[in-house]
Amino acid sequence: MKGENNALGRWIPEEVNGKKVIPFQGVGKYIPQGQKAAPPIRSCAQYPKDGNKVVGNLRETLKKAGIRDGMTISTHHHFRDGDKVTNFLFDTIAEMGIKDIRWFPSASFPCHSPLIKHLESGVIHHIEGSMNGPLGEFCTYGKMKGQGILRSHGGRYRAIQDADLHIDIAVIAAPTADPFGNANALYGDSACGLLGFALADAIYADKVIIVTDNLTPFPCIPWQIHGNYVDWVVVMDEIGDPEKIISGTTRITKSPANLVAAELTARFIKEAGIMRDGFSFQAGAGGTSLAFVIYLKELMKEAKVKARFVRGGSTSYLVKLLEEGLTDYILDGQTFDLEGIRSMRENPHHVWTSPFTSYNYHGKGNFASMVDVVILGATEVDVNFNANVVTHSDGLLLHGIGGWQDCLFSKCAILAMPSFRSRIPVIVDKVTTLCGPGELIDVVVTERGIAINPRREDLIESVKGSSLPIRPIEEIKEEAERICGGPPSPPKVDRDKVVAAIQWVDGTVIDVVYKKEPRLLGWP
Amino acid sequence: MSITAEVGRKNTSADCFVRLEITKDGGIEVELRSKVESMYGEQIRNLAREMMEFFRVENARVYIDDGGAFPFGLKARLEYAIKKCLPEKKEEFLAEVIPQNLYPVARDRLRRSRLYVPGDQPRLIINAGLYKPDAVILDLEDSVAPAEKGAARFIVRNALREVDFLGAERMVRINQLPSGLADLPFIVPHRVHTILIPKCERPETAKEIEGKIRELSAQHGVENEIYLMPIIESALGVVNAYEIATAAPTVVALTIGLEDFTADIGAARTKEGRESFLAREEVVIAAKAAGIQPIDSVFSDLTDQEGLKESVLEAKSLGFEGKGCIHPRQIQIINDGFAPTQGEIERAQRIVLALEDAQRRGSGVVALGNKMIDPPVAKRAQRTLKLAILYGKITENWRATTGKIASNS
Repeated sequence: MKGENNALGRWIPEEVNGKKVIPFQGVGKYIPQGQKAAPPIRSCAQYPKDGNKVVGNLRETLKKAGIRDGMTISTHHHFRDGDKVTNFLFDTIAEMGIKDIRWFPSASFPCHSPLIKHLESGVIHHIEGSMNGPLGEFCTYGKMKGQGILRSHGGRYRAIQDADLHIDIAVIAAPTADPFGNANALYGDSACGLLGFALADAIYADKVIIVTDNLTPFPCIPWQIHGNYVDWVVVMDEIGDPEKIISGTTRITKSPANLVAAELTARFIKEAGIMRDGFSFQAGAGGTSLAFVIYLKELMKEAKVKARFVRGGSTSYLVKLLEEGLTDYILDGQTFDLEGIRSMRENPHHVWTSPFTSYNYHGKGNFASMVDVVILGATEVDVNFNANVVTHSDGLLLHGIGGWQDCLFSKCAILAMPSFRSRIPVIVDKVTTLCGPGELIDVVVTERGIAINPRREDLIESVKGSSLPIRPIEEIKEEAERICGGPPSPPKVDRDKVVAAIQWVDGTVIDVVYKKEPRLLGWP
Repeated sequence: MSITAEVGRKNTSADCFVRLEITKDGGIEVELRSKVESMYGEQIRNLAREMMEFFRVENARVYIDDGGAFPFGLKARLEYAIKKCLPEKKEEFLAEVIPQNLYPVARDRLRRSRLYVPGDQPRLIINAGLYKPDAVILDLEDSVAPAEKGAARFIVRNALREVDFLGAERMVRINQLPSGLADLPFIVPHRVHTILIPKCERPETAKEIEGKIRELSAQHGVENEIYLMPIIESALGVVNAYEIATAAPTVVALTIGLEDFTADIGAARTKEGRESFLAREEVVIAAKAAGIQPIDSVFSDLTDQEGLKESVLEAKSLGFEGKGCIHPRQIQIINDGFAPTQGEIERAQRIVLALEDAQRRGSGVVALGNKMIDPPVAKRAQRTLKLAILYGKITENWRATTGKIASNS
């Protein structure tokens, strides 16, 4: 296999899925030129004048869309682990005898593990999107026909715009839609808040199919997806499992060690002077991030500080922040609980965003770099602050990138995580898969101390004299290794077989995932 | 026929299951299924072989189902399995005591918060010191299920030597006698600081344990003093509290366990605690009379942080100096609750300054404003300041920075 080392010293093959790839060149170095991709010209004369685009069933509609072997079909992940459309979609495609589909989801979840049978039978050729849990294992074991390609949310929007990939058919599940194809995610049994992850798909795909279980008369207001992009509307009995789409309440971490890390993170932001009037932050919806929001809120109240905006994914905790006047706006990409949906419906200061506004590499700027501080997780980080978010230390691909790479452009990117998970050290000499370059990762907060990237002399200076446990990253690493029984051995993988490529936000390849043998757990 | 032992937990994160089969021939076979195979698989196999060699086991099949057990726990499980199969093996597979665990503790150190950790749960033991409790209690008694009692001894022994508790006082709660006596060889030679005696009803119990500790200490060349902390958990224990508190010179604190106490007197345990008020105050009085620390029972509702706060303030008002914790999130509240308040500290500073001023002037009568300062008031003030310094609320040279307080008064 031919290839070369990229700017971070990771070996990159010449081709992925038979197509030439560009190795990562450095942050902000790769600037493609030319025209953006565009969908084919359509005319309103081709569509029903009464605006009724409702057609029979999905199979019929796919046929109308001209589905054939080798096409690219996209779906969105706003339903998270409660998606019922994608499995039905591929069962239908399989029944139609179609093969070698490139599936292009904005993310996948464990609920998609039934798709393994379609990967095995060759209905799906490969996945370009996150591969969570069982799908990731399937890919790591080298069982997928093609190679996986992982992109961040912003990278996905970019890939569509610069024709890195073209969507033949977009299947967009919509909690509420009208017969014209206007759709939103604020109402209906499967309400999930918004549909931003399907925006590029709606605009750029050849054919766009809306699938809904809640058809309302025109107009469907608000129209988060414009019917003007939509070819057909299909009505199904049930598109999602509400309990798995949205949780009634979002759970804060119970792990006392993670609580320590969350509290230290909040204190760091205060002591470093980042928490000041008019600041902004983004924290995910993981248990540790939620705990962080609670600690930060107390500190904000104490110091009488108000944020200008906070970025979602939102939860009831962010909604409280907004409603108690501790932030002017929530700029939200997705919501995780019922309170989030309520707020999105009612509060004009709870603003819907999409990967276009937040993360897109081919935008004339995006929000990510304007955020003062972002709190993220990772599976591993190395002593040079390079981090891994897709594979575990045993080499298994188990997570997607999400908005993680895009968020690293924040003015201060913090990884908050335990220094070891069960017996696995999190700080390592060299990450298994490099997803984010250390030059963008500023701080690592663990339950055993805070490590500041030596490149950020300003941050180091800003917390001098505070009571925070600031320590060299090597020292925290050694302490965790003492607990775990020494540095872990690197995973045994087959370096001749690349099973997936990890793209950087600009479309260059930052690292690859190698094939490994299936693991044995427990006794039969 | 082969001898077999099965120990540990299957499918448990940070723990393992071991099945050991002593065979007649075939040498040592190690079979491992591990969540951390690629990172530590070889190390785990080598460890199993090394231990078989150490215990001179020549033929055995070892199955390990590992969810990522920490080395100290894995070794404990393996050793326990070996000794279950071959009880005649008396040697112990011990790691060096880590240098971080060589610190001594003072007799009268702060014991505000003591975090209970079940002795059979390596996952909880490993981070116990992280939450900065004054003491960690590795429990062999009620939080350990009967089936796990044997393993817990080995886990606690290894933890005392190998786990960094980050400066916390290392305590172990042994079982009720007589099995508690058999716990002692697993802890006394391994740098334990303090031993908790559950359901202590008579001074003889404490004396017996102290004697056994002295015997084991001599035998193993233990140099550090090992303190005792009897737990009063019955009516008889309350009646004998002072005798228990003074049973041995190594008794440093007396505590009360209210679940068992209320059961013993046949009363329901209420939030108000009227049923146990007298018993708690008896424990405080007995401890104070003996010159040791009175420590309150645990607050068992984990979700009620406000209730915990009130309970700490109430305990402090009764004279207690600490409380047990059953979850890390209780520690901060307990530590803060027992600290002197800002008002208490400032008043104490004014008293001490007035006292020192009077001494300089050779005046016998000391007054603050229009109030006389008599010796007990002065003593309490001095104690408050000592605590404030220990809690980091003021520094040793507070006089240099608090001139204003005196002049304002």
